[in-house]
Amino acid sequence: MSIDTETARRVAKLARIRVEDEDLPALAGEFSAILEFIEQLEEVDVEGVEPMTSVTPQRLKRREDVVTDGGQQAAVLANAPDAREGFFAVPKVVE
Amino acid sequence: MSDLTDLTIAEARGKLRAGDLSAGELTEACLEAVEGSGKLNAFVHKTPEIAREQAAAADARLKAGAAPDLCGIPLGIKDLFCTKGVASQAGSAILNGFKPEYESTVTRQLFEAGAVMLGKLNMDEFAMGSSNETSTYGNAVNPWRAGNSEAALTPGGSSGGSASAVAARLCLGATGTDTGGSIRQPAAFVGITGLKPTYGRCSRWGIVAFASSLDQAGPMTKDVRDAAIMLGAMAGHDPMDSTSADLAVPDFEAALTGDIRGKIVGIPKEYRMEGMPQEIEDLWTRGKEMLRDAGAELRDISLPHTKYALPAYYVIAPAEASSNLARYDGVRFGHRAKLSQGDGITEMYEKTRAEGFGDEVKRRVMVGTYVLSAGFYDAYYNRARKVRTLIKRDFEQAFDSGIDTILTPATPSAAFELGQTFDDPVQMYLNDVFTVTVNLAGLPGIAVPAGLDSKGLPLGLQLIGRPWEEGDLLNTAYCLERSAGFVEKPSRWW
Repeated sequence: MSIDTETARRVAKLARIRVEDEDLPALAGEFSAILEFIEQLEEVDVEGVEPMTSVTPQRLKRREDVVTDGGQQAAVLANAPDAREGFFAVPKVVE
Repeated sequence: MSDLTDLTIAEARGKLRAGDLSAGELTEACLEAVEGSGKLNAFVHKTPEIAREQAAAADARLKAGAAPDLCGIPLGIKDLFCTKGVASQAGSAILNGFKPEYESTVTRQLFEAGAVMLGKLNMDEFAMGSSNETSTYGNAVNPWRAGNSEAALTPGGSSGGSASAVAARLCLGATGTDTGGSIRQPAAFVGITGLKPTYGRCSRWGIVAFASSLDQAGPMTKDVRDAAIMLGAMAGHDPMDSTSADLAVPDFEAALTGDIRGKIVGIPKEYRMEGMPQEIEDLWTRGKEMLRDAGAELRDISLPHTKYALPAYYVIAPAEASSNLARYDGVRFGHRAKLSQGDGITEMYEKTRAEGFGDEVKRRVMVGTYVLSAGFYDAYYNRARKVRTLIKRDFEQAFDSGIDTILTPATPSAAFELGQTFDDPVQMYLNDVFTVTVNLAGLPGIAVPAGLDSKGLPLGLQLIGRPWEEGDLLNTAYCLERSAGFVEKPSRWW
């Protein structure tokens, strides 16, 4: 499938990555090349085949539903670009 | 460069335990080699203070006796591993300034075993690349050169810094990670050993995630014995990673008996690729002869879905990456873009990610977003997961028929020049054509240096093992290594 610039714009928006208008055609071209490569998968007969969910046959371990960690506010905030009064600070979200 | 840095882990272990060498001396020799290696751009964050502290502690432990195998062994750590208080950026500008408050399980286990950290190693951004050219730190450079040419060659990727550092004798071993070939392809490009263990053998906790169902950490070392020693310290169940296997860690080094008589080695016909260089073909033939001469039986096998492994990978890996990399939003860690008047939270996300991610990462995140988007999920993502089931089944059928190990080339070429431009991204992806099947099937695979090409560049062979049979795989690799007798080293120009 060939990807047009509108689709490229929409995907960039969904991925929350700003792409300037003049860069969209090149991006669409790259997407098209990758998708063309991926489309070989259509040749494979996958009738009745289960999609893989886990590569090793294992049951994920469970543990008791109890609090095992916490009380590390300073460590959690230590790398934040903008932390104030014990919170992550972001631009205004609600008008 | 001092001779001490030429030691293997096993040799250094013997000298350290015998008291012929101190961890302090060995560490200083490596730190000096690291200092003089700027042109390789392998070490991107150096940690001499930590190294000296750890070496002193190791010396005390060695003196007390009963020190673990890695006690006092200087290692390099791929930048993808979170190391407490030390920059861990996954080769990305979006993690500029990030210093984790915690230690990854693998590095914690290595340091508990007495290993010494020299610093963090260059890599492709978020481990997405096959040439180390997508790194925010710039290219890592291969210590090998083609003949008399001075052209800079790629050390491969994504673990390019790890490969370069071990091959150039800057450290005795290094950690790598492998999602589609990122340990084995660079190992082959620089003439060292690189092992990707079975999925779940090593904990992924604290390793920056790329594609969680494929990612696996492993050792990159000068030889097979060192890989066995290092894997022993890296492996094991971890409650912090629910996909890490709750299996006992065997003594991998004890598995190196050198006896593979009666083992059955599968030769998959689908790995003979159109346009494959004659030198790779010849190397593969020599590998077969070496294993046969060691007493193994060769058997032709078919892995019919091999051709679809790369396209399936380029759906599954970007899909998982688009989800994993959603966390880089400029809120909790790393880079945040400067905002203009009136910018809201969406602009913050979009500008932060546009500035922080490189082109290849953006491309893969967007491809992943596309294949997961409404209307395409079944056609791309689900179909790829079904093909993955078939690829794994191919291997299961081979192993069920009695095959112990599979022998293939490691890469479709020797190391290529840095700065080559490709018409489209798919051309770079073809580097992983022989390695990516192993990740999709969750199997262990190892690259072993087996010869030089006509330009004097190393070439590697790959062995693929049964799940959880790393010991057996390493033993076959050990036999291949002994027969190949690869002792060449790059001559120092850096």
